[in-house]
Amino acid sequence: MSEGTLYDKVWDRHAVTELPTGQTQLFVGLHLIHEVTSPQAFGMLKERDLEVAYPERTHATVDHIVPTADQSRPYGDDSAEEMMRELEENVREAGIEFDSPDTGDQGIVHVIGPEQGITQPGMTIVCGDSHTSTHGAFGALAFGIGTSQIRDVLATGTVAMEKQKVRKIQVTGELGPGVTAKDIVLTIIRRLGTEGGVGYVYEYAGEAIESLGMEGRMSICNMSIEGGARAGYVNPDETTYEWLAETDAFEDDPERFDRLKPYWELVRSDEDAEYDDVVTIDGSEIEPTVTWGTTPGQGIGISEPIPKPEELPADKQDTARRAQEHMRVSPGETMAGYGIDVAFLGSCTNARLPDLRAAAEIVRGREVDPDVRGLVVPGSQRVQQAAEEEGLADVFREAGFEWRNAGCSMCLGMNEDQLEGDQASASSSNRNFVGRQGSKDGRTVLMSPEMVAAAAITGEVTDVRELEEVVSA
Amino acid sequence: MSDDAPVETIESVSGTGIPVRGNDIDTDQIIPARFMKVVTFDGLGEFAFFDQRFTGEDEPKDHPFNEERFQEANVLVVNANFGCGSSREHAPQALQRWGIDAIVGESFAEIFAGNCLALGIPTVTASTEEIGALQAYVEENPDAEIEIDVERELVTYGSGDEEKAVNADVASAQHKALVEGVWDTTALMKANETAVRETANSLPYMESDD
Ligand code: SF4
Repeated sequence: MSEGTLYDKVWDRHAVTELPTGQTQLFVGLHLIHEVTSPQAFGMLKERDLEVAYPERTHATVDHIVPTADQSRPYGDDSAEEMMRELEENVREAGIEFDSPDTGDQGIVHVIGPEQGITQPGMTIVCGDSHTSTHGAFGALAFGIGTSQIRDVLATGTVAMEKQKVRKIQVTGELGPGVTAKDIVLTIIRRLGTEGGVGYVYEYAGEAIESLGMEGRMSICNMSIEGGARAGYVNPDETTYEWLAETDAFEDDPERFDRLKPYWELVRSDEDAEYDDVVTIDGSEIEPTVTWGTTPGQGIGISEPIPKPEELPADKQDTARRAQEHMRVSPGETMAGYGIDVAFLGSCTNARLPDLRAAAEIVRGREVDPDVRGLVVPGSQRVQQAAEEEGLADVFREAGFEWRNAGCSMCLGMNEDQLEGDQASASSSNRNFVGRQGSKDGRTVLMSPEMVAAAAITGEVTDVRELEEVVSA
Repeated sequence: MSDDAPVETIESVSGTGIPVRGNDIDTDQIIPARFMKVVTFDGLGEFAFFDQRFTGEDEPKDHPFNEERFQEANVLVVNANFGCGSSREHAPQALQRWGIDAIVGESFAEIFAGNCLALGIPTVTASTEEIGALQAYVEENPDAEIEIDVERELVTYGSGDEEKAVNADVASAQHKALVEGVWDTTALMKANETAVRETANSLPYMESDD
């Protein structure tokens, strides 16, 4: 078992007791909730006549169902309106802070926590959403939970968990031009498999990770779950502290920052920490990476051929065959030139300010292919506002993109933003599962925001490095 | 334990089986997101595997969940990494409401297995070969009884000379929880309120909270 890692330290400090099941009862430092997975939990609480134990450690937003065009109430979609009302009522009754769209603070749950500074190193963070792993970028222990566990957390401020193993993933070297955090994580998942992380927490380390900004680290931690790991984290460092110092939580209270910093330093993994497994990946060999199939593990470098199913491990062949049929791709070809109908720039993986900036750089002065629908959906209202002030929104609009309001949008198609029929999309999100973007015949190709921008311009999956001017940039 | 907490033990589940083949069957397939726009889990059963069962025009497709002979089944037999993807409890809820009481597979995604446990659905694992054999058996004997013995970690099926008892794996916390009836973690943990408060107070970020 691991020893001296951030995971061990945060775990030990939050462990309340061992339960008769052998699981540990773990205190939850921050419970994030949203409209999709919380109403049933509040319902169960009411059935048992229980109250929310730590409303001040709970924070709510609305993201999955929120329309990204017309947000006037009542929402056009009755069931979305009902979910919103339910959430409003639950948070009001319990006294939980709620970033509703009229606060200017609303956004995808995994974007707003970090941007407001409520996500902090050394915390345990849970949310009824598998991409809660995102918050691990700050050196928090953050993982997704199911609805019954949400009930547990609401009622007790704790969650029952089994301790997991820790795998250190070292990404060495320097990334090449046009290669981003998204390409790193797609490579990791491809290498270790979609279930390679089951039973593990991932610690991401190495120069290529440490030299990333917080947003890049979030993109990587975000997709830990796509590799089967419920949580992933990066040890906090100066990059982390700089980000935190500028958030609401610490901006006006530098003393609090100074008080907490020793704790953040303390929970960092020790130099001689023991890991259950260590994997090293050479970052300089990573190419812009895209998926060819229907699981996030089915990725390849943009210049590599799509694999022949029969050359894959036996347990992957069947899935690969079905995926290739669904995607209509053939082994031996590369993904470059794969025609797309929709370019989606959004989601909790890649819709933060630097993501939009990088994509805007590629889009600037160019036009979206006339046969492509391009959507930009900022991760939060704050990101949206900042991007508007910086002129990024204009860059996108002038190129022919739709500039929409913050939410999950086409990442999962629970609002009106959905693929239609067998449309293919270049998407900066995290899941290419069949049906994920709203149409069961839809085809999703995952890639970085830069690659989405390039695909939008050319109308096909394109090596961003080959777009003129971008190379020199 | 608080008195309103249901204490139920699940030592074994028996019934007939239904095979759903394929690795990496994700929760978006088990219950597409568009059916999650609900504030209760009632009625989710009919949407289990919806997009695998029906065409865009709502015409039924070939899928075990559509087959007459499997309609009474309560033991789902799946392959590897079943339930990967989102944390939505809607997925096991939909399966349970369709009629599934236990799932046997090669492996399960963790959050999914945890969600199943919270509903009292055992997720039991066995080797690829054993699962393949069980799926083939169920396919040919849709009315035959299968027993998932959670306590002894055995899956038994077939009769007479053909009877098979397969060693299965039940994760230890799940085993305890189901066999001893302690899967209602809310009640268990609520009882430790004071200790929780102490742990909370020892954390620097709590202390410095306004
Ligand atoms: S953006 Fe997508 S992955 Fe992220 S929380 Fe929303 S639906 Fe989930």
